[in-house]
Amino acid sequence: MNTVAVIDYGMGNLHSVAKALEKVAVDSRVVVSADPAEVIRADRVVLPGVGAIRDCMAEIRRLGFDQAVREVVDAGTPLLGVCVGMQALMQHSVENGGTDCLGIFPGRVGYFGDNLHDPISGERLKVPHMGWNQVHQTINHPLWQDIPQDSRFYFVHSYYVQPEDQAITAATCDYGLSFSSAVTHNNVFATQFHPEKSQHVGLQLYANFLRWDGNPA
Amino acid sequence: MGLAKRIIPCLDVDNGRVVKGVQFVDIRDAGDPVEVARRYDEQGADEITFLDITASSDDRETMVHVVEEVAGQVFIPLTVGGGIRKVEDVRRMLNAGADKVAINTAAVFNPEFVREAAEKFGSQCIVVAIDAKRVGDQGEPGRWEIFTHGGRKSTGIDAIEWAIKMVDYGAGEILLTSMDRDGTKIGFDLELTRAISDAVRVPVIASGGVGNLDHLTAGVKEGHADAVLAASIFHFGEYSILEAKQSMAAAGIEMRL
Repeated sequence: MNTVAVIDYGMGNLHSVAKALEKVAVDSRVVVSADPAEVIRADRVVLPGVGAIRDCMAEIRRLGFDQAVREVVDAGTPLLGVCVGMQALMQHSVENGGTDCLGIFPGRVGYFGDNLHDPISGERLKVPHMGWNQVHQTINHPLWQDIPQDSRFYFVHSYYVQPEDQAITAATCDYGLSFSSAVTHNNVFATQFHPEKSQHVGLQLYANFLRWDGNPA
Repeated sequence: MGLAKRIIPCLDVDNGRVVKGVQFVDIRDAGDPVEVARRYDEQGADEITFLDITASSDDRETMVHVVEEVAGQVFIPLTVGGGIRKVEDVRRMLNAGADKVAINTAAVFNPEFVREAAEKFGSQCIVVAIDAKRVGDQGEPGRWEIFTHGGRKSTGIDAIEWAIKMVDYGAGEILLTSMDRDGTKIGFDLELTRAISDAVRVPVIASGGVGNLDHLTAGVKEGHADAVLAASIFHFGEYSILEAKQSMAAAGIEMRL
């Protein structure tokens, strides 16, 4: 039986993530782990995250997960970043007056702004972007298997990733502007939305992740 | 196409049991929060809100177990309100599997608590619940004040100013209940909902007064609400969540169907 480690750095909703993984785990054991060595040994790794990025990054570093995530990436172990866990993979976020992140992907994390409008209707858009929005898959990928194009997933965020290389975008989403709602490169996949809160399609994505060997196709 | 408006059924829970009568014909135990939550999830609820009305704080632990069990079976966002007074209360509920907590009276008596909770856990999980009641005479422009203790005690605080202040303090969402309309089934206070929703940059959930599906549509179209919350019209099986969503979609509102 293989293991999937959910990185526990003391921030927020990792229990929801673990419960959703357990729900779909067929031959995987789900471990919530605050031990970098255990995470490095796992067959798959999930980096969740909610809340402010400065606090998240501080805890990730304090517990030695910055190094551990780098090792997981280099070892080819399938890694899934979720929400702030996705943002943490970028180089830098503008949140909290500017926060350096893990730098797994080139690019930064920007803010939606306090004055966001729908470009077509002109309607003012609330921030945070909260609720069910459509995820437009821009590539074929094993993690999109059996998930219909433009399915709605649950989002809650005020910041969004801006990859330097658009080729890593795996899906987009429209909210005042078009942003990368999922990115992937080699054995790393990350989503801005919360699969653990996205009912059937979210569970499907986790099930796909638990079968994924880390190859893009 | 873009972000969908949300429908949120609300369940009152007293000492671990759903109260105020949920009546589905085909449900085994209508008092079991897990079963009721699962039913709403199947019907397509976009989120579920639990309001813990347990009087004794000794029994609050029961709610933690309810949330744990629901969160293991229902994979949509869960909000818990009632009795959230300390940072420790927030932490306990989030660790149990709640995605958001709704802070009501505690925010009125100690606004700094909202700031503290938002800084610690992030604004995305801090909902400030506002119970507002219209004051002043008929025919005057709308003015509303914050009430506590189930609408019995006025605080003298202006509802719109309060909403703006709570967002400044870190509220990520406002759950707005009209105490004039709550339980009346004559529809939301649309003027109040619009005034608050237009005044803040965060999403506003309209609550209080829903009696039919047109009221939900009006809450979004005329009240500018980002989400609508209702209890009794769903509990008694008058309408399913799916019917409500179809009705709103037919009125031109973007919904998750």
